[in-house]
Amino acid sequence: MTRALRIIASNPLSLVGLILVLMIVLAATFAPWIAPFPTHNSAVIDFAFANSAPSSRNWMGTDLVGRDIFSRILYAFRISLVLGVVVLIIATPIGTIVGLLAGYLGGWTEAVLMRIVDVFLSIPPLVLAIAVLGVLEPTLTNAMIAVTVMWWPWYARLVYSIARSEREEGYVLAAEVIGASTTHITLREILPNCLPAIITKMTLDMGFVIIIASSLSFLGLGVQPPTPDLGSMVAEGARYLPDSWWMTVFPGLAILLAVFGFNLLGDGLREVLGAEE
Amino acid sequence: MSLLTVDNLSKSFSVAGGMVHAVRDISFAVERGECLAVVGESGSGKTTLANMLLGILSPTSGSIRFDGTELPAKRRASHRRAIQFVQQNPLSSLNAKRSIGASVRLGLDTYQIGERAQRWAKVEDALEEVGLPREMRHRAPSALSGGQRQRVGIARALACDPELVVLDEPTSALDVLVQARVLRLLNDLRTRKKLTYIFITHDLAVVRNVADRVAVFKSGQLVELGETAQIFTAPKHPYTRSLIGAVPVVDDAELDLRNRLAKGT
Repeated sequence: MTRALRIIASNPLSLVGLILVLMIVLAATFAPWIAPFPTHNSAVIDFAFANSAPSSRNWMGTDLVGRDIFSRILYAFRISLVLGVVVLIIATPIGTIVGLLAGYLGGWTEAVLMRIVDVFLSIPPLVLAIAVLGVLEPTLTNAMIAVTVMWWPWYARLVYSIARSEREEGYVLAAEVIGASTTHITLREILPNCLPAIITKMTLDMGFVIIIASSLSFLGLGVQPPTPDLGSMVAEGARYLPDSWWMTVFPGLAILLAVFGFNLLGDGLREVLGAEE
Repeated sequence: MSLLTVDNLSKSFSVAGGMVHAVRDISFAVERGECLAVVGESGSGKTTLANMLLGILSPTSGSIRFDGTELPAKRRASHRRAIQFVQQNPLSSLNAKRSIGASVRLGLDTYQIGERAQRWAKVEDALEEVGLPREMRHRAPSALSGGQRQRVGIARALACDPELVVLDEPTSALDVLVQARVLRLLNDLRTRKKLTYIFITHDLAVVRNVADRVAVFKSGQLVELGETAQIFTAPKHPYTRSLIGAVPVVDDAELDLRNRLAKGT
């Protein structure tokens, strides 16, 4: 652990990533206490301060109905993080199990599972998510389902490629000669060797899930108003560019920082976990 | 009765453009307590034979009988336990992400040997038996030297209390001094635990040190089988002769020097 921190700290970029991610997580967790206007995460109207530029009262300005954009961004981080974590917590195990079975068992199992994965991967992600949301109602839960459906195949492919090379290793042969079960060989022998890659990818993917989720709500297919979401805030503000630039720029910057942070941290983790025996 | 009897064993693989006959119509028997060396160049079918003995590959034809009973394609746990395996490459034969204790314990758990609570003690006993400290079970393979890892590989096989051990070039990845120590350990364990070895190797110096009998393989066929002394002094098959002929010999002067060095003068 201390070694991991030392490696991350020795690389200024991953340190920036770690700090950004920590700041975003803290901001999201303590949003109700940090936000200057904690009630502005709902359908509040304050026309006295509507559409005002950044000031000492509203650091990032206000939107059309006078809600504090800074406060709303803090709340929007919560939605983004929850969505990212839920999607990855569901997609990763599904993809991992499919990848392990296809990679270790080979033969028919591999042919069937990996062709299914290929079908999913051949559809552009956003199109697939839009299709899913076209069938289901556009709500936060359904946005999570849509993103999960397009996300698990990437984990299947990643784990598959590792499992396929690991199955040639002597320790797998040793376990087979002893007669260990497929469950033991895949989960206890091969999976530990895939974990560094999986954890790295999950960190990188937090950023990408946030982008996709924001794109969906930008298109009006994700989180619905009045719940604050970075994507829908950008969409709303885009109509008033360039005059009310703060409505778009600050939520946009928030997306950028979140994605940037997770990516830098992911790169750092790759180094930490890759270097470990 | 022989411990292991192989009758007319063949294995062919279909590949693009036809069949490859990796092992052709091999018959031999291994007696209890002996060490049979299997020699031959790479591609001669040694490893295919080992994989069939271990139950990883099923024979195309022929039979393998162990202790009087024919081994079915799908092995029962009792037979798996009785025939254990030591691999060539000690780097890849242990999982880098698991403690060496966990690797040694796998057989005990799979075959339900002993009480669950006593298995760690059994793992430590097995490590001690191959000359490793008991506490080493907590270590990762990366913390061990090549020789130590190969000892762990041997401990993993012996923890299951086998009757026959198939050793696939167990010393060829080690440097000379470590090699000698591991060979001494293997010899020692064989007498102490009344084990039977099938020792696959291409190193004839090793063969002379450990084997009671030698089986010579060439392109999937067993060309000669005999006592070690006979194979080295009076090889019958021309291939065996050329194999023996290829061993570097020590001349009288060198021998003299070696003796003086050993005495330290």
